[in-house]
Amino acid sequence: MKYPDKNGHFGEFGGRFLPETLIALHDELEGVFKSALKDPQFKKEFQYYLNEYAGRPTKLYYAERLSQRLKTLKVYLKREDLLHTGAHKINNTLGQILLAKRMGKTRIIAETGAGQHGVATATAAALMGLECVIYMGEEDTRRQSLNVFRMKLLGAQVVPVTSGSRTLKDAMNEAIRDWVTNVDKTFYIIGSVAGAHPYPLIVREFQAVIGREARRQFLKAENKLPNYLIACVGGGSNAMGLFHAFYKDKSVKMIGVEAAGHGLNTVEHSAPLAKGKIGVLHGSKSDLLQTEDGQIQVAHSVAAGLDYPGVGPEHSFYKKSGRAEYVAVEDREAIKGLKLLSETEGIIPALETAHVFAYLPKLARKLKRQQSIIVCLSGRGDKDMEQIKELI
Amino acid sequence: MNRIDQTFSRLKQDKRKAFIAYITAGDPDLKTTEQLALALEQSGVDILELGVPFSDPLADGPTIQAASQRALAAGTTLPKVLDLVKKIRRTSNMPLALMMYYNQIHSYGEQKFVKMVADCGVDGLIVPDLPPEEATDLIKYAKAHDVSTVFFMAPTTKPERMTKIARHSTGFIYYVSLTGVTGARQAIPSSVTRKIREAKKITDKPICIGFGISTPEQIRTMKKVADGVIVGSAIINQIVKHAGQSDLVPKVSKFVRTLSRALD
Repeated sequence: MKYPDKNGHFGEFGGRFLPETLIALHDELEGVFKSALKDPQFKKEFQYYLNEYAGRPTKLYYAERLSQRLKTLKVYLKREDLLHTGAHKINNTLGQILLAKRMGKTRIIAETGAGQHGVATATAAALMGLECVIYMGEEDTRRQSLNVFRMKLLGAQVVPVTSGSRTLKDAMNEAIRDWVTNVDKTFYIIGSVAGAHPYPLIVREFQAVIGREARRQFLKAENKLPNYLIACVGGGSNAMGLFHAFYKDKSVKMIGVEAAGHGLNTVEHSAPLAKGKIGVLHGSKSDLLQTEDGQIQVAHSVAAGLDYPGVGPEHSFYKKSGRAEYVAVEDREAIKGLKLLSETEGIIPALETAHVFAYLPKLARKLKRQQSIIVCLSGRGDKDMEQIKELI
Repeated sequence: MNRIDQTFSRLKQDKRKAFIAYITAGDPDLKTTEQLALALEQSGVDILELGVPFSDPLADGPTIQAASQRALAAGTTLPKVLDLVKKIRRTSNMPLALMMYYNQIHSYGEQKFVKMVADCGVDGLIVPDLPPEEATDLIKYAKAHDVSTVFFMAPTTKPERMTKIARHSTGFIYYVSLTGVTGARQAIPSSVTRKIREAKKITDKPICIGFGISTPEQIRTMKKVADGVIVGSAIINQIVKHAGQSDLVPKVSKFVRTLSRALD
């Protein structure tokens, strides 16, 4: 069985829950995407921008001092943080903007939380000379003012969203409202493996380069497959990007790390896989933070990029089928994770990615003998310096 | 035949078009919604769409978003909306449809949800983020309880898809007048009359037009082609205008009367 099925379902998850106005567009996008994947010219162009512009392939770096510290884990870092714009997000925005051009769209819109996807989208739009509008919760524009400035420098218009909770989910609502209104000329670049079919599939395919490279690089270095893969999960695009190429390697265990915010026993966290209930938001069915009455709850995480009440449908599917395990790490632990990597390897990760490094010592303690692990080092910490300064 | 079907068959005999009003349940409070519903019935409203407020109403413009937030802030929940429906049903036989987002239906469980709403006297469901492809189970349960499932056609809907939507839609078909979200507009695209005529060729089911409609002139244009018109945001604007005043209900009813008369 291949996932998703023809209607975009990953088992009971995924699908296409959208206003009718957007259905024809999704049908068209699905067709364009499938033909692009078969078109050598498209693949060549995409690979060109990934390599020459974004800086692929990224290194798979053996983290020797971190491994010594952890004792039972031999850690390899997949260095997505070294890509242009500082995170894995650029892989996807380059792919989607090429699709937008194929469809003859002249206007790009996107939502952003921390601003990383917004910056990556504004970057790709500047590269291709397309108009770009970024929706960002008013709350987030304050928390991440530097990224707002970056997006503006790149020529994008940043619209602060004042509806609802004024965070990422509301930015996505507002982007969808724009899209319904300007459907003819507008392409919506979704930043995670979320949204209605075919978006979770598109984003997975454009991010899958992470896992394909890592698999090849690890085999070359160790002449075997790794025991573990690990990545942080907000919507889950860097995790799915790493996991996908290993899906059939049954011996390889996968771990996704969600944000437990102030704790899983509070209401202030961003861990729908741990504590949510199946529901529908922004076009697809997945685990979701919601009230008894079916209202969407506001998520919380110190990492704005994980601050989302839903998760990509394929992660819900991985969890339900047992293909991956999902754990959660609190804000204060994430800060410790950030220090751990900074001090042992001289690499300051993004707050999102820091959640993974907080979990590694916990995993290491459970292991009896040494196991190998690939960490998706999805982003660098530069964007978070102001915030971290206040937290430490 | 539920109350929606009966209404359309009566209107057809009378050679009249349906006036469908939308209000958000619980805005400004449930007591006012109850009074409004009963007053609107006397003001020429043939079918009432009751909006169930949702935290993330992505098909709605600023007017209904704000109404939803006010209703949620006032403590409105689905069980309370259903209590309201029961109260309206004590004295009124007006057809009632719930307009709501799919997550709430899913969270109660589709089968349980449909039974719950049918028992309270709800006649139809309008779910803007649920296309027929994802609605197989809901359609099945709704059919068993004689609850209509109203689906949407939009200016972007392709002809072959229109056939599918017409097949699954019961009660009526909701034709979205423009590409956009809900909200009162000065102008409705003129192409809409042609598009509704096209849709009429493929189905005998009633087609009602909504999104953007706010004036008697627009209604007079639409009644030439559609079987009914749906007005929401323009009514909510009136509720906002008269909020906190003792004569809110008569004022809003009077406004609705000026719109429903355009169908005479």
